[in-house]
Amino acid sequence: MHIVVCIKQVPDSAQIRVHPVTNTIMRQGVPAIINPYDLFSLEEALRLKDQFGGKVTVITMGPPQAEDALRKALSFGADEAILLTDRAFAGADTLATSCALAQALRQIGEKEPVDLVFTGKQTIDGDTAQVGPGVAKRLDLQLLTYVAKIDELDLAGRTITVQRRAEGGVQVLKTRLPALITMLEGTNEMRFATMTDMFRAARSPLTVWNKDDAGITDISKIGLKGSPTVVSKVFAPKPKSVPAQMLDIGGKSQTEIADLIIDTLSAKHAPLYGELFDRAL
Amino acid sequence: MEKFDVIVVGAGAAGNAATYTLAKAGLNVLQIERGETSGTKNVQGAILYADALERIIPDFRDDAPLERHIVEQRIWIMEDKSHVGTHYRSDSFNEERPNRYTILRAQFDKWFSGKVRESGALVINETTVLELLKNDAGRIVGVRTDRVGGDIYADAVILADGVNSLLARKAGLREEIEARNVALAVKEVHFLPQDVLESRFNIQEEEGVVIEIAGTITRGMAGTAFLYTNRESVAIGIGCMLEDFKGSGVSPYTLLEDLKNHPSIKSLIAGGEVKEYAAHLIPEGGYKALPKLAGDGWLMVGDSAGFVNAVHREGSNLAMTSGRLAAETLIALKTAGKPATAANLQAYVEALNDSFVMKDLRKYQHVPALLEEKQFLTTYPTLLNRAAETMLRVDGVDKKTKQRSALGAFVQDRSLFGLMKDTYKLWRAFR
Repeated sequence: MHIVVCIKQVPDSAQIRVHPVTNTIMRQGVPAIINPYDLFSLEEALRLKDQFGGKVTVITMGPPQAEDALRKALSFGADEAILLTDRAFAGADTLATSCALAQALRQIGEKEPVDLVFTGKQTIDGDTAQVGPGVAKRLDLQLLTYVAKIDELDLAGRTITVQRRAEGGVQVLKTRLPALITMLEGTNEMRFATMTDMFRAARSPLTVWNKDDAGITDISKIGLKGSPTVVSKVFAPKPKSVPAQMLDIGGKSQTEIADLIIDTLSAKHAPLYGELFDRAL
Repeated sequence: MEKFDVIVVGAGAAGNAATYTLAKAGLNVLQIERGETSGTKNVQGAILYADALERIIPDFRDDAPLERHIVEQRIWIMEDKSHVGTHYRSDSFNEERPNRYTILRAQFDKWFSGKVRESGALVINETTVLELLKNDAGRIVGVRTDRVGGDIYADAVILADGVNSLLARKAGLREEIEARNVALAVKEVHFLPQDVLESRFNIQEEEGVVIEIAGTITRGMAGTAFLYTNRESVAIGIGCMLEDFKGSGVSPYTLLEDLKNHPSIKSLIAGGEVKEYAAHLIPEGGYKALPKLAGDGWLMVGDSAGFVNAVHREGSNLAMTSGRLAAETLIALKTAGKPATAANLQAYVEALNDSFVMKDLRKYQHVPALLEEKQFLTTYPTLLNRAAETMLRVDGVDKKTKQRSALGAFVQDRSLFGLMKDTYKLWRAFR
């Protein structure tokens, strides 16, 4: 069995700051991490490998620094890592990215047929959840998104059965292979790499592909040229200008404090008091 | 599992210097760092002293992320509303290869760690060394990490695991560091637009200012404060001996707030946005608090060994130098085919003794004791500031009377004999 996991290196959004003067995002000093949603997919792929044997290949499209993300994936137990990097990919939106990744996956599949593709549910920097489905569409893969659990993988019968979280409940879906799966967050926990895998990850050579290696000939479909999305404006949300109000609760009982909070709030928002009053009745 | 020539525990200034030097010489080195990336656990003011790094990476200026080179040094003795100070500023510091730079450690360490990887060392992050492995003879032969299959062996282990050196303590190689020998420092980085910063400090692009501060700002506790200019931020911090914090009950951030609100500082950082807050322990016990520095199969470098010159606010250069000397000692032994026994590693201690590291630590060995005496921390700063004010205020009182009253205040507060004693102590500590 051959599983390919697509990952993305993203800036740790918890640590991003906006430049106070220019309003641009300051990437300086912001650590780059594997998109956290991708880790649930990678772990699920590794569990399937533990169970059924086979091989897990990770691929990422990004700048040369994305090597760190791939090495980390190798340390968790992935067998091979491919870095898809080329200046021609710069400025890609989700459409151009899925075109490039789909072609790279075709190239991988020619050498070694792919049974399952995993991607993250979405990224924390773009939040679109479009690239995975975009890849599935271009490669005619069965698409299984928001998967909470893989119930059964029948390699002989070439089918997979999963539980998919949907609005209002859980769908149990069975489909043919090859399929593309995006895992729901919280469905598993990434393993702690062994020392042997840490050494292997640090030392193993990476496969680096440019657009030609990936078999991409039509450059109108990749990079900035292949990206119809236009970012018209970037701005930092205005901080709330109303400062917090401190209430003096010295010596008051809990009931008095509660009353004080209600009174203070309703003095500022009259309708709120009416609503609270109605509910209390 | 393979065996390494050397395992270096920690990726601070000392660990990186050691690992880089060893790997450059072709030794098979493993560096283990618990932080997610090398540098995430490291905190410094931070001033980079070029000389120590130049001896390891001569052309570091080509690509290291440096903020500003220092052209001006101010030393301030503070009282509550004032300071008496000195400036030294020189255009000759605008040289081709400047001597001191301000840096942001997060960026600098990323660069340094990149160099370490390029040198051929194997760097493993997010891995904690739990303890040192000993053989039956008590010789250190490797480390145990928190990962499955994590026992790794080497001919020698360099302990660069920082101020607490939990590993050395666990292995019985050193005592727990005493509260009287360690300072706790807190700092903030305030963002300021580059043009505002440059006009406030009267500097050109690339030029930087350092302000070192002592006086009543530490409320009688042994400590100092600082303000360093980065490219578009200032680092401001204050630290005192841990034992003094314990005794006074004053919290470090209270001191930092006092410092930021001091009239001499407030306008320098006004309008800045806090980008970073950090705290760290600094081993400031000096020469008298140094532990054993090497033994069978192990060497101690940097903060783990207590290599900090508190008087001159130097630490990272002592760390890098000790890391380099430890590496050079092991390289020499390897070349000569000799084992890393306690006797052979004595060469490391001798190299340290010959270097500025030990010479400076020895020179200031009496200073820590000196700072336990309150008059140097509060009485003199107050007297100095009052004297300056008395002399400068033009109010109809003649200068001779003013001078008498200023000097009289010194005698009154410290007595003539006390002044003489203090002068002797100062001379002895700094000679």
